[in-house]
Formats: sequence, C-alpha cells, structure tokens
Amino acid sequence: MHPFRYVAASSIDEAVAVLREHGARARCLAGGTDILVQLRGGRYELDALVDVKGVPEASAMRLGRAGLDIGAAVPCYRIYEDAKVAAAYPGIVDAASLIGGIQIQSRASLGGNLCNAAPSADGIGPLLVHDATVVIAGPTGTRTVPVDGFCTAPGSTVLDDDELVVSVHVPRPPTRFGAAYERFIPRNEMDIAIVGVASSLVLDRSGKRIESARIALASVAPTPIVASKAAASLIGEPPSEEAFRAAGEIAAGEASPIDDMRGTIDQRRDLVRVLTRRTLALAAQRASAGAAR
Amino acid sequence: MTSKTEPKRKFRVVGTRPIRHDGWDKVLGRAAYGADVKLPGLVHGAVLRSPHAHARIVKIDTAKAEKAPGVLAVMTAADMPVAASQVLDLGEEVTNATYASDRVMARAKAVYNGHPVAAVAAVDLNTALEALTLIDVVYEVLTPVVTIEQAMAPGAPLVHDDLVGDDIGERVEHTNVAEHIRYEVGDPEAGFAEASTIVELECRLSRAHQGYIEPQTATAFWSQDGKLTVWTSTQASFGQRDALAGVLMRPVSSIKVVPMEIGGGFGGKIGIYLEPLAAVLSRKCGRPVKLVMERRAVFDATGPAPGGIVRVKMGVDDKGLITAATADIRYGAGAYPGAQINPASVCVFASYRIANARVDGYDIVINLSKTSAYRAPGAPQATFATETVVDEICRRIGMDPAEFRLLNASKEGDRRVDGPAFPRIGNVEVVEAIKGSAHYRSKLGPASSPAKKRGRGMASGFWQGIGGKSTVTISVNNDGVVSLIEGSVDIGGTRASIAMQAAEVLGIAAEDVHPSVVDTDSIGHTDLTAGSRTTYATGAAAIKAAEQVVEEMKNRAALAWETDAGNVRFEDGVFSNAVAKGQRLTFKELSGKLGATGGQISTTGVVNLRGSGGGSFAAHLVDVEVDTETGKVEILRYTAAQDAGKAVHPAYVEGQMEGGAVQGIGWALNEEYVVGDDGVMQNASFLDYRMPTTLDVPTIETIIVEVPNERHPFGVRGIGETGIVPPMPAISNALRDALGVRLTELPMKPGRIMAALKAQAAS
Ligand SMILES: Cc1cc2nc3c(=O)[nH]c(=O)nc-3n(C[C@H](O)[C@H](O)[C@H](O)COP(=O)(O)OP(=O)(O)OC[C@H]3O[C@@H](n4cnc5c(N)ncnc54)[C@H](O)[C@@H]3O)c2cc1C
Repeated sequence: MHPFRYVAASSIDEAVAVLREHGARARCLAGGTDILVQLRGGRYELDALVDVKGVPEASAMRLGRAGLDIGAAVPCYRIYEDAKVAAAYPGIVDAASLIGGIQIQSRASLGGNLCNAAPSADGIGPLLVHDATVVIAGPTGTRTVPVDGFCTAPGSTVLDDDELVVSVHVPRPPTRFGAAYERFIPRNEMDIAIVGVASSLVLDRSGKRIESARIALASVAPTPIVASKAAASLIGEPPSEEAFRAAGEIAAGEASPIDDMRGTIDQRRDLVRVLTRRTLALAAQRASAGAAR
Repeated sequence: MTSKTEPKRKFRVVGTRPIRHDGWDKVLGRAAYGADVKLPGLVHGAVLRSPHAHARIVKIDTAKAEKAPGVLAVMTAADMPVAASQVLDLGEEVTNATYASDRVMARAKAVYNGHPVAAVAAVDLNTALEALTLIDVVYEVLTPVVTIEQAMAPGAPLVHDDLVGDDIGERVEHTNVAEHIRYEVGDPEAGFAEASTIVELECRLSRAHQGYIEPQTATAFWSQDGKLTVWTSTQASFGQRDALAGVLMRPVSSIKVVPMEIGGGFGGKIGIYLEPLAAVLSRKCGRPVKLVMERRAVFDATGPAPGGIVRVKMGVDDKGLITAATADIRYGAGAYPGAQINPASVCVFASYRIANARVDGYDIVINLSKTSAYRAPGAPQATFATETVVDEICRRIGMDPAEFRLLNASKEGDRRVDGPAFPRIGNVEVVEAIKGSAHYRSKLGPASSPAKKRGRGMASGFWQGIGGKSTVTISVNNDGVVSLIEGSVDIGGTRASIAMQAAEVLGIAAEDVHPSVVDTDSIGHTDLTAGSRTTYATGAAAIKAAEQVVEEMKNRAALAWETDAGNVRFEDGVFSNAVAKGQRLTFKELSGKLGATGGQISTTGVVNLRGSGGGSFAAHLVDVEVDTETGKVEILRYTAAQDAGKAVHPAYVEGQMEGGAVQGIGWALNEEYVVGDDGVMQNASFLDYRMPTTLDVPTIETIIVEVPNERHPFGVRGIGETGIVPPMPAISNALRDALGVRLTELPMKPGRIMAALKAQAAS
C-alpha cells in the first residue's frame, strides 16, 4: 500500500488547506467504513487522508425550527438514538439503522455515504425524498446544493478536489408527512441493496388525498435517482393500494438497471414495483399516524 | 432423545458437557493461530497470481523485483523441483505430487484465476506487495473451460494436454474427463419396468466454499542443515508433511509440521497451498518466511466443493417400494482431477434399500481452482438430486415423506450400491426421531402476510466417514492428573471429546486430563482431522492408552499391597484388593505412589481402524416462509436428527449438527461462485459470497439419536459431516410445498425463485 499522510483536522480551514495541497491525491475520512476498505483493496492511491471527525461543524447534529442539520461525520447511531430526530425523520432512520450492522453504524456517516456516491447507497434515497441539501465548504467559502444532482456517477460527486461536505440540511417536514425506506437484500444484513426505494408523501387535511409525493430509487441507475413521474402520478390520488401499485409500475419504467452478479434487470424492475408500493404504504401509514398525534 | 433398545452401559464422563480444555485460551484471545507465529528474523512474503483462468506462461522476468530494496528472495516454479509423479493420499483427498506441485506454483500454464506464478519475501509485507508489481509476466491467454458442458463438448480446449482419462478402465487421451466410474447392482432396467411411478430430475449446483474465517497461512524455516519446519493452519499435519516431501522432493524425516490453532477448515485445509512457497523462499533467503492469504485468494485459489450436474431417476411400485434407481453425477473438479465422485456415488442412494441401481460418476477438469473436501465431500450435491426425487415421488403417490423413508430405509445387512453391506446403522431411528418430534407434529400456521407462503420439507442424508491411524500418549503425573499427547488437530472440540474418553477409562474427571496437540516430530503418525474420524479413531487410541495405564496401575497397586495383580480390581476410579477388604486407593492416591513402585507411567495407544463402522445418518425437517413478491426465503423452524452412536460431549455433537445445517442453508439459498466466461469469480468477498449471518438462521433444534457403533468401545460414531447433506433438498422440498414449483438449481436465490414463479404463472 502506498504510504499516506494522516491529518486530523480541527477546523474547516485546516481540512481545506490539506485538500488544496494534495488535490486529487487527498480525501476526507469520516467513519472510514468505505475509504479504508477501498484503500486496502488497492482501488486507488492517496498521499493524504484528512480526518474530519474533529471538525466541530462536521460532528454536530442540531434539530431546529428550520429542520435537521446532520454534520457530515455524524455516525448513524447518533441519528437513530436521538428520540426527537427518530420521531421526525423516520425515513432517514430507516436507512441509518440498516447500513451495515451495529459496529458499522457506530462509525459510518450519512456524509460518507453521500460522498462515496455508490449507486446502491442506502442513505441517499431518504435524503432525496426529504428534499435535503448539502452544505459544502471550499477555499472561497461555503455553498449549498440539493442532494438531487450531488452524485454524478458511481463514486463521483459535484465536489471539487479542494472541497468537503460540512453537513446535510433536512428541511422540517410539513404536517401529515410520512417517509419510509426499504431495500431488498437476499440476507438480513451485511449486503448491498439489489434495489432500494425511499418514498415520502404529504396527505391533505382530510387524509384522503395525496398532496405531494417523492420517490427515490437506489441500485437501478449509475446514481440513486428520483422517480419524478411515479411521484407525480400520486398527486390528488387517494393513498390506496391501487395508486401505489400504479406508481410502482411507473417507477419501474424510470429505472435503468443492469444485470450483474447481485441481480438481474428483470429482478430489479420487479423489486422497484414491489418496494415502491410497500414504502408508499408505510409512508402513508406514518403520515396518518403523525397527523393523529 | 436416545434409542431405547440398547442395554445401557453406565458412563460417568462420556455424555456430560464439561468446559472444553482450550476454552480459556480461545475466549481470552491467547490461542495462537497460524498468522500469530512470531520468530526471530521473521520476514514476510506475498504471492503473485495469474489474472487469467487459462494462459500459457511465456516469460517471467523477476530481475527488477529482486533488486528492489528490502526484497530478500523471489521465486517461481523454476525454483521448485519437478515433482515425481506419485500418489499422495491425504486421507479425504488423494492427489498426485506433480499436480500438487503445479497447483501451488504454475509451471508452463496458469490453469485457474489466482494460480500463483511467483512469490516474494521481503523485510515487511508492504515491500513484498510492492515488489510483486515489479515482476513482469508475459501470458498467452487461452480459452478457458468454465462449465461442465464446455469441458465435455467435442473438440473442447484441454485444461491439460497430457491428461489421460480413465473411462471405466479404458484409457482416453485428449480429454477433460479425468475419470468415469460406475457402480451397478441388480438390473436397473428390469427394476424400472416393474415401477408404477418413475420420477427423474436433473439438478445443477454451483461450487460452494467452506468459508472458514481464518485464511490459509504458512510460516517456514529452512535451516542450513536441511531441516524444514513449517508452522501452519492445517487439518492434516502428517498429510502436509508427506505432501511437502513429495512436492519438494525431500525426505519426510527432514520436515516437521507444527499445526497451529485452526480457525475453521471443514475439509478446505487438508491440502498444501502456501507451505511449499514459504519453504522455498526461506531456503533462498535463509530466514523464516510467513505467508498469509487474502480473502480474494482464498476464494479464487483454494478448494471449494465442486459444483456439477446430477441426474437421478427412481421408480417405485404401487406399495411405494423402490424398484430401481440410477444416478449420473458430473462434478467440476477444477484444474486438477479429484472431485470426490467416489464418495458421491457411495452416498447418493445410501439412505435407501435399492435392489437395482446404477451410478455413473464423472470427474471433470475445468479452469477453476481445484476443489477440495468440504464436509461430507461429494455427498450433498448428489443427495440433493436423490432427496428431491424422493419428495416428488411422495407427492405423486400421496405418501407421507417419513413413511416413505421408513418403508424404504437401508438397514443392517443391506448392501450399498458400491458393494459393502451396512453393519448396525441408525437410518430408521433418525427418521423415527423426526416423526416423533414436536416440530413434525406441529402445524405450519398461516403466513405472516398475504404476499407470503409457507411450506415444510424433509430430507435424509448419510456420510460414511473414515477410520485410519491415530496415536495417543498418556503420562500419569504424581498428582493424579494425566497429560494426553495427540496428533489430531482440534477443529471442533476434539481435545475435549478425546480427553473425556481417556477420563472415562481412568475413572477421573475430564478436567484431570490435559490434552496437547503436538507437531509431527512429537507423536506417532496420526491421520488428518477430517472424515468424521477424530473423536472416533483418536478417541479409540486414547481409550487404548488409558487401558494400558489401568493395567500398569493395577501392577503398582499389587506391589504396594504385596498381592497378586490378578486380585486388584478397578471400578469407578478406585483400585481395591479383592482379597483384603479395606485396601483401596483412588486413581489420584495411587498416582502419588508411582515413584515408589517403579516410577512414572506413560503409555501409547496406536490404532488403525478399518472403516468408520457404518457411518452416520441424519434426517432434517424445515419450515420456510417465502415472500412471493421478492423471492426472499425465511427459515422459520429447523430440526435435525442424527445418529451419534454415543455422544461423547453432547454439546459439541449438537454444535456439529447445527453447523452443518447452517452451512447447508447457506449453500441452499445464496452461496455460489458467480463465474464469468473468462473463468474469473466475480464475487470473491464475504460481502458478495453470501454466507448466512446470525440473522439468517433460526435456532437449529437438534435430536441426538444413539445407535451404538460396533467398531468403537463406547459405540461412538463420527458425526462432523452428515449435517450438511440434508439441508439443500429439505429446503427445496419445503419450497415445493410452499409454492408448488420445484427448484432444481442451487442456490435457490430470490431471483431464481421469482423466475420459477413467473414460469409457473405463465404455464
Ligand atoms: C461491513 C460493511 C457494511 C456496509 N453496509 C452498508 C449498507 O448496508 N448500506 C450502505 O449504503 N453502505 C454500507 N457500507 C458502506 C459504508 O459503511 C457507508 O457508505 C457509510 O455510510 C460510509 O460512511 P463513512 O463515514 O464510513 O465514510 P468514509 O469511508 O469515511 O468516506 C466515504 C467517502 O466519502 C468521502 N468523504 C467522507 N466524508 C467526507 C466529507 N465530509 N467531505 C467530502 N468527502 C467526504 C471519503 O473521502 C470517501 O471517499 C458498508 C460498509 C461495510 C464495511
């Protein structure tokens, strides 16, 4: 393995300075559950690894009036162990509590999941259906971009070599909002999603119509994608099995899966149908349960 | 549960559950495994492996690597002797020294992806790994032979140009079929003519890896005086010594193999891989050299169980009696012959009494790593076909699967298709145990959601096991504790199960026997830990050594009491004088008097047991729930019944039964080698080679059946392997019950289940 420098940054500026110095040959380290495995596997060589866990903004989690800010290096367990966060963001908690296992969740971050930009990433779909945004810091200050569009290809993002993610902002959900994430794996843990589907919806005051909806798919395209036509088909519809089934059908058409050793095109489209329906049903159930509270 | 017919011998130690002798070291992390070896001057090695499954090696240039700073030695096949062709019998594996040599380091051709082509020793691992990138290998890539169909097609590329096949005694040149064997009894055609129902299925199976946690490792030191010491993780220290002697062309007595603790093997750690490379590197650099495999290499380049194609046909008359059966078993051996087709042929019909049967077995070479033993080697694949056929027959004729098995079960005196007649066996008893279980009598219950369906399946299985040679030395210390020295590597609690048998004879507690597993210079020849033989055969050697101790102790008591040795009785751990009431000494007390009566006692028990004594039968029952929208299978309940003869340490018997069932569940549902047309495995990691996790298996309920083995003083049978035989067909049968479709291809993964359901809906 190529020898590299390890820098435990204590501020955004310090982290950016090291990234600048080494360009493409430096990367950030959050939980390390992707990058250490990839380095050891010889996927690429680095000259520097910048640990961002000591950067205060990257390790903070704050629930405020405007929503939830999750520091880029906050490990999954901190998200699901916070009762208030868990109650307000069940879709995100679904993902945080199924990434890897207990050991992995004690290190793995949503920021790392996002920046690793795997087509199968479990954390990205829920962020998409929550309309989350990403706070990015670089040499010239910070900028904010939507999660939708952040990943550009497997392993690639809109980040420049000298930029890092500081945090993810998840807007406060409206009332009668529900979200859910489910993935299909042949085992019950420690596996890569053959398909993952995140859904969210907002019911109208009566609880009988869908006001708005979002659906995101993982493992069926080069990056996690938003199935906007499927979501649009739900507007004004009742939260019914038929409507969800129809949305699943449309979502299957929006997917562009491939055959690989983990699953086939047909199997993946079938799973999009099933999981879209199931996550929508769960999201609707959560939306009405939330409204009743 | 135990069988009730046997007049019970009273045991004091055997049948109890003491804490294992190696427990503390293992729980506290003190046990030393192969990779823990630390020696003065130790250096580290790395292996360069072929990225091609089939390629001629045109040139290897190691000059740059040799000059790199920190590099101490570089080797290729040119540094190894051309091993003379001779049979190496490693117990559960038989191979040829030429092939064994070629397998560990490619000479003219790389014949599997991951085939070593060169190795480096350097001051540290990173330097060795970097040096590999400096070695220049020129390959001429050849068309790989990946599937059995490709290998058997006319004009197929040849894995070995010089392989001479044996087609039931006929020599065949230019072939990939190394061997075709046949067993036949009665007249199968006439038997089928008598049948009123005939079922035939063709089953396909992927190769499956043992999945031991500890990768292969070897540390070697080749001293200037020509003595070679190898520290390794092996199931067969003496077998490795012999194989190394054959491959390195050295006298056996110049080699010492030190078996370290072993982190799983399941048959996969019988052969040699890194040992000869570490040895040659050590010879070249004069330092001890350590090699440790990476997981990718473990999948690519060690020996999983063969995949294959098995076709079974069976006929029954109106009463449900089997009239005839045939089997055609084709296994992909990997790059060298030896796919365990003989045990497959022995086991395929062993659970049934069949007067007319024929079995054809084909050992086929393909461009994948050479397969090895894996728990009941050869049996699970062949039995998958038989037991699914039996299930289909039961459905066609409307017979309960347990009743069918009881009606047709093989029993004492019945002949297997390969000839031998069974001695006393527990085939009927295990089926009865399942039939009487709470699980069998329970209702399946409704599925947990409308999209899900439930089903139940049963299957039988058999493994024969082996006997062989074992040596045990016992020394009595003056505090009444005995040291027990053995050559059997402890892979599943055998320190305990062997010590307990000695303790039983000596009338002392299991804790008062201190077992040690030693190297090949420190004990007489002992065959491998495999073939379900260790508790059975090394246990018998321990009993023999302990009996000699008792005889000698009687002499000493006679001396102390000034009486005839014939007057000394030994019962329940107490020596007494039959003619002088009150003269009594416990084993401990008498141990304290050994110094004064002629000195310390030590004895050696040597056995060479012919065969296993009938083998061990099992029957399994499983309930599954299938999500018909995703194809995901959940194992709801699982019960395994197996004949242990006499369970020495019941917890470890249960552990073996559970372990076998869990590995079988993995093979049934998700484990497979996904291999492309290029012969490269695409899922060579534990992430993508989907073994079950603890969340994927329920508690395995176990029923130990005890039908004593006539060949063992306590009735013990080897039980380590049979447990992996029934799970795959049991699960296929349960899926058939749940879904109405028959899955004949392993693994029965979700995509395959969905495809079967779609095909069913379409027809
Ligand atoms: C056993 C195991 C099981 C797993 N199971 C799952 C699973 O079920 N689902 C799943 O989606 N993933 C899984 N993963 C992958 C991994 O755990 C997740 O992607 C995790 O969320 C990564 O987070 P991390 O904090 O460990 O990232 P790291 O490994 O630290 O970083 C990941 C990538 O993001 C970059 N990065 C990290 N932080 C920043 C930042 N602040 N700014 C810019 N770039 C940054 C790194 O440079 C690197 O390229 C598993 C991994 C393992 C080892």
